[in-house]
Amino acid sequence: MDKMLVSPSPHIHAKVSTDSLMRDVIIALCPAIIVSVLFLGWAELLVLAVSAVSCVAIEWAICKWVMHKPELCSCSSALVTGLLLAMNLPVTTPWWIVLIGAVFAIGVVKMSFGGLGQNIFNPAIAARVFLLVSFPAQMTDWTVTKGFISLDAVSGPTLLGLASEQGAGAVAGLDHLQTLLLNIGGSAGEISALALLAGFVYLLCRRVIKPWITLSIFATVAAVSGIFWAVNPEVYTGPLFNLLSGGLILGACFMATDYVTSPMTSWGGVIYGFGIGLLVMMIRYFGSYPEGVSFAILIMNMTVPLIDRAFHHRQYGRK
Amino acid sequence: MSKLTFSIGGVHPDDSKLSKDCAIEVLPLPQTVYVSMNQHLGAPAKPLVTVGDKVLAGQVIAEPGGFISAYVHSPVSGTVKSIGPRKDLAGNPAVHVEIAVEGDEWVEGIDFSNDIDVNIKLDREQIIERVKMCGVVGLGGATFPTHVKLCPPPGKTAECLIINGAECEPYLTSDYRIMLEKSKEIVIGAAIMQKALGGCPCVIGIEDNKPEAIAAMSDAVASLPYEGIRVAVLAKRYPQGGEKQLINAVMGREVPPGALPIDAGAVVQNAGTALAVYEAVQKNKPLVTNVLTVTGNCLPVSAQHNYLFRIGTPISFIIEQAGGIPEGAAKVISGGPMMGKAIANLDATTVKGSSSVLYLSEESTRRWKESSCIRCGRCAEACPMGLEPFLLNRLVKAGDLEGLEAAAVMDCIECGCCLYSCPAGIPLLDRIRPAKGQVIGILKARNAKK
Amino acid sequence: MTSTVIWTIAILAGLGLVLALVLFLVARRFRVEEDPRIDEVEKVMPGANCGGCGFAGCRAFAEAAVKAPNLDNNYCPVGGEAVMAQVARILGYEAVKKTPQVAVVRCNGTCEARPRVNEYDGASSCKIKAALYAGDTLCPFGCLGCGDCVEACQFGALSMDPATGLPVVDEEKCTACGSCVKACPKHIIELRNKGPRSMRVFVSCVNKDKGVVARKACANACIGCGKCQKVCAHEAITVEDNLAYIDFAKCKLCKKCVAECPTGAIHAVNFPVLPKKEVTNE
Repeated sequence: MDKMLVSPSPHIHAKVSTDSLMRDVIIALCPAIIVSVLFLGWAELLVLAVSAVSCVAIEWAICKWVMHKPELCSCSSALVTGLLLAMNLPVTTPWWIVLIGAVFAIGVVKMSFGGLGQNIFNPAIAARVFLLVSFPAQMTDWTVTKGFISLDAVSGPTLLGLASEQGAGAVAGLDHLQTLLLNIGGSAGEISALALLAGFVYLLCRRVIKPWITLSIFATVAAVSGIFWAVNPEVYTGPLFNLLSGGLILGACFMATDYVTSPMTSWGGVIYGFGIGLLVMMIRYFGSYPEGVSFAILIMNMTVPLIDRAFHHRQYGRK
Repeated sequence: MSKLTFSIGGVHPDDSKLSKDCAIEVLPLPQTVYVSMNQHLGAPAKPLVTVGDKVLAGQVIAEPGGFISAYVHSPVSGTVKSIGPRKDLAGNPAVHVEIAVEGDEWVEGIDFSNDIDVNIKLDREQIIERVKMCGVVGLGGATFPTHVKLCPPPGKTAECLIINGAECEPYLTSDYRIMLEKSKEIVIGAAIMQKALGGCPCVIGIEDNKPEAIAAMSDAVASLPYEGIRVAVLAKRYPQGGEKQLINAVMGREVPPGALPIDAGAVVQNAGTALAVYEAVQKNKPLVTNVLTVTGNCLPVSAQHNYLFRIGTPISFIIEQAGGIPEGAAKVISGGPMMGKAIANLDATTVKGSSSVLYLSEESTRRWKESSCIRCGRCAEACPMGLEPFLLNRLVKAGDLEGLEAAAVMDCIECGCCLYSCPAGIPLLDRIRPAKGQVIGILKARNAKK
Repeated sequence: MTSTVIWTIAILAGLGLVLALVLFLVARRFRVEEDPRIDEVEKVMPGANCGGCGFAGCRAFAEAAVKAPNLDNNYCPVGGEAVMAQVARILGYEAVKKTPQVAVVRCNGTCEARPRVNEYDGASSCKIKAALYAGDTLCPFGCLGCGDCVEACQFGALSMDPATGLPVVDEEKCTACGSCVKACPKHIIELRNKGPRSMRVFVSCVNKDKGVVARKACANACIGCGKCQKVCAHEAITVEDNLAYIDFAKCKLCKKCVAECPTGAIHAVNFPVLPKKEVTNE
C-alpha cells in the first residue's frame, strides 16, 4: 500500500460481526429445520422457502427504494426472521398467507420502525400473531402433510389445543420422552424439542446468546405450572407437559433471545424471562387461546426499554 | 498460584506475541536524532541548549516546563543543528532539538559496568531527586513523570506498589524481554521505589501468557535480599495492565471516579519504568534509551526485533534498520493495537514512551463498514469501567452533554474494548473520546460559575 | 331500543360538557401570561431553529427580541432584511440593516493539488479526525473532507464535491447562519459579505506554513509571498504568518491580486465572464 491507513485506536477488531452472529443463529436453526422437512416433506420446504426469500427480498426492496439506503439492508437478519416466521406457521399455510406474513414482519414491524435494531417487537412473532388473528382457520389447521420419513399421520388439534378443550386429563397419559424427541402436529418449530435444544446449546457454545432469558422462562413455566398442577392435576397440566409442548422451546431459545427486542443485561433478562413465563402460563391456563408464547413475548417486548432503564452493569468504582 | 484479574468487563484478543523470542539487540546510532520537548505528560520541557552547541550523550538539554514535566537529556553526542517545530507522528508541529551525531561520548559519572548493584545507598529524598534529574517518566504509555508519582500528596500514603508487567496489549514484547533479560535490575528498581514510598509492600503483576517471565522474575525476587516483594500471576485478559484494572486485580480495591490511584493507596509503575529507575539511581544513567518492539502480522518472525534504541531516533531509521516496511502492511502503529497511535508521519521521532513499531495487514486492521446497532450489548459487557458505550454513542449523536456526564463518560479509559467487540463495526470509542473533552468543557464552565 | 340511543347520547354529551368545563377551569387557573407579540414574531421567523442568531431557536429569538429595547443585537441572518423588517414592524422598532453575507470555503486544496499521503479509516467526522492527526495531506491547515459542515447546514446549502474533495456552497440556499463556521474544526469557512451582484474576491487558503512548506503540501496554497499586498491599491490585503487575507470592507473588486497570485490561491467569483479572458471560478 502506498498510502498508510490512519485511524484512532483500537486498530484490531474481534472476529464476531452481525453477519457471523446471524449465521450462527441460522446454523442453530438447522437441526430443527432438517427434522421438520424430513417429517413434513415438500410442503414444509415450500413454506420455509417462500418465507425466507420474501423476507430478504422485501427488506432489500424497502432499503433500496423506500429508504434509499441500500447499505442498511441486512440480508442475514432478514433471513433469520424469514426462517423463524416459517417455523411458526402450520405446514399447510398457503403461500400467499406466508407472503403477507413476510410483508407484515419486515415491512411493518421492522422497517417502519427504522430497520435493523430499531424495532420494538420481534418481527417473526408479531407477524405470526397478525396472521393468527387475520386467518384463524388457516392458522390453526394442523393437518400433517406427507413427509420423506413416513409416520402414521395424525391430524387434528395440537396437544395444547387438546388440553385446552378437554382438560388436563386428555393429555395425562402422554409419553414425555416421545414429545421431547418428536411431536408431529403443530408447526415446524414444535416438532422436535431436542433439535431446538441442540441449536440452543450451539448458540451458547458460540457465545452468541446468554442462557439467562431462556432459563428464566423455563424456570418460571415449570414453577407456575408445578404449583397449579400440585393444587389440581385434574384441571391443570403439569410442568413437564408445559415445558415440552407448543412453541415454548422455540420461543424461549430463539425468539425471546432476539437481541433487538430483549434486555441487554443478564438480570434484566431474568426479569424479562420471568414475565414471559408467567404470561405464557396465564394464557395457557386461563386464556381463550390454547397457546400463549407469542403473545407473552410480544407483551414483554414492550417492557424492554423499561427493564433496560432499571438494570445496568455495575460501574467500576461506584456502588 | 491462583490467577488474579479485574472484576468488570474486558476482552480476550489473540495475544500475538510473535517477537517474544527475539533477544534485545542494540540499534545502531542514526546520523541525526530529533529530541522532542513534548515526550511526557504535562508541560513541554524548555530547551537549555542553543544551535551550534556541542552536547554529550546523557547531558541535560531541556528542563521541566512546569510541576508535571520532566528533564530531557541528549541521547547522543554531537552538535545541535536546530531547535524548532517539527512534525510529530500525527503530523502536528512540536518543538524538537535536532542533534547531528558525532561519535558516542557520554557525560561523566555514569556506571556502564554490567555489575548488579544490590545496595541502595541513597535515601528517600535523594532517590526522588535522582529520578527527577534523570528524566524518568512512566514507560507504560501515559509517560507520567515518575518522581511526581513517587511523592504522594500530603495525607495520603502508598499501601502497595504495583509493578506492571502485564503487557496486556497484543504483539508488544519489550516489557517481556526486559523481564527476562533484566529481571534483577527490575526487582532492584522496584525495591528503590518501595524505599522512596516509605517501605510499602510491592507486587509484580505478570499475565499468565508469559510463564518464562514469571519464572525469571520469581527467581530474581528470591535471589535478592529485599523484603515485601512478590510476583503475582494475572489472568490473560485485556486491559489487565490498565492502572485501575490492575489495582482491582491485585488489591481487590477500586479507585473511585475522578480519584487517583493513590486515593486507593496504590502506586502503579511499569516494569520498564522500574528498570529506568534502577539505571538512574544505581548507575546514574538518565533515561535516554528504551526497548522497542518491531513486529506485526505481516512481518516474518525472522524480521522481528526487540531493539534497545536511543530516544530521539527517527522512526523511519528504525524501519529501515529492520528491513523496511513489509509487503502487505496497511497501517504502522506506535504502541499496541488496542491503544497505540497510528503513525501518519513516518519521519517522526521516537519518544520516551515509544514501545513499538507495529505493522498490521489491511485485513486485520481495516475498520468495518458501520451498520445498525443490534442491541447485542457486547460493548457494555466488554467495558472494563462498566459503562454503556451504545448509550454514550447515542448521546454523542444527540449532542446531549449533560446526559453524557450522567452516563459517566468521564470514567472512560479509552481502552478500546467497546469498538473491538462491536459486531456492527460502530466506531464507538472514536465518538466517545472527543465527547470527553466537551464534557470537561461544561464541567470547567460550571466550576468557574461557582 | 330508542331509550338506549337517547341514554347513550345524553351520557356522552354530559360527559363532554363536564370535561369541557374541567378543561376550561384548568386552562384558566394555570394560564401563563405571555406577551402576544412573541407569537407574532415567531410566526414571521423562518422556523429553521438553526441557531444562527445566537439563540436556541426561533421561539427563543422571538422572546429575546420582544424583551430587548431595540433590535441592534438581535438579527436573524436567515430571514435577512425582509424578515427583520416585519419583526421591526410588529415591535415598533427601527429595522437594522445588515449587509448580506455568505459562507466562503477558504481551502482550494483539491485532490490533484494536495496529494494524499495517508488514508483516514476512523469514524467519518472532521472533529474526530482533527483530534487524531493533522490530516491525510501534508497541509495541516486544510479541509479534512469528512463533511461536518455539510451535516451542520440546516438549509442544504453545502455539499461535498467528489472531484475536489472540498465542500461547495450553494449561494442561493446559504443563509449565512454560521453553523458551518462553528462546525469546521480547521476554521476554514468564513462568513463574508456577499458583495455587489455576489461578486467577491478572497484568499482561498488558510495555510500558515512557510512558503516552501506550504507549496510542497499543496500546489494551490497561499505561500505568503506578498505580491497581492503590493499590487493592491486599496490596502485591503494583509499578510500575516505567511498568509494573505483580504478585508472585504476595503476590497474594491479590482481583481488585480487575482492575476498577481502565483499559486491561484486568490479566487474571484461571480464576475461576468469577459470575452477572451478567463476568470478563475470556484
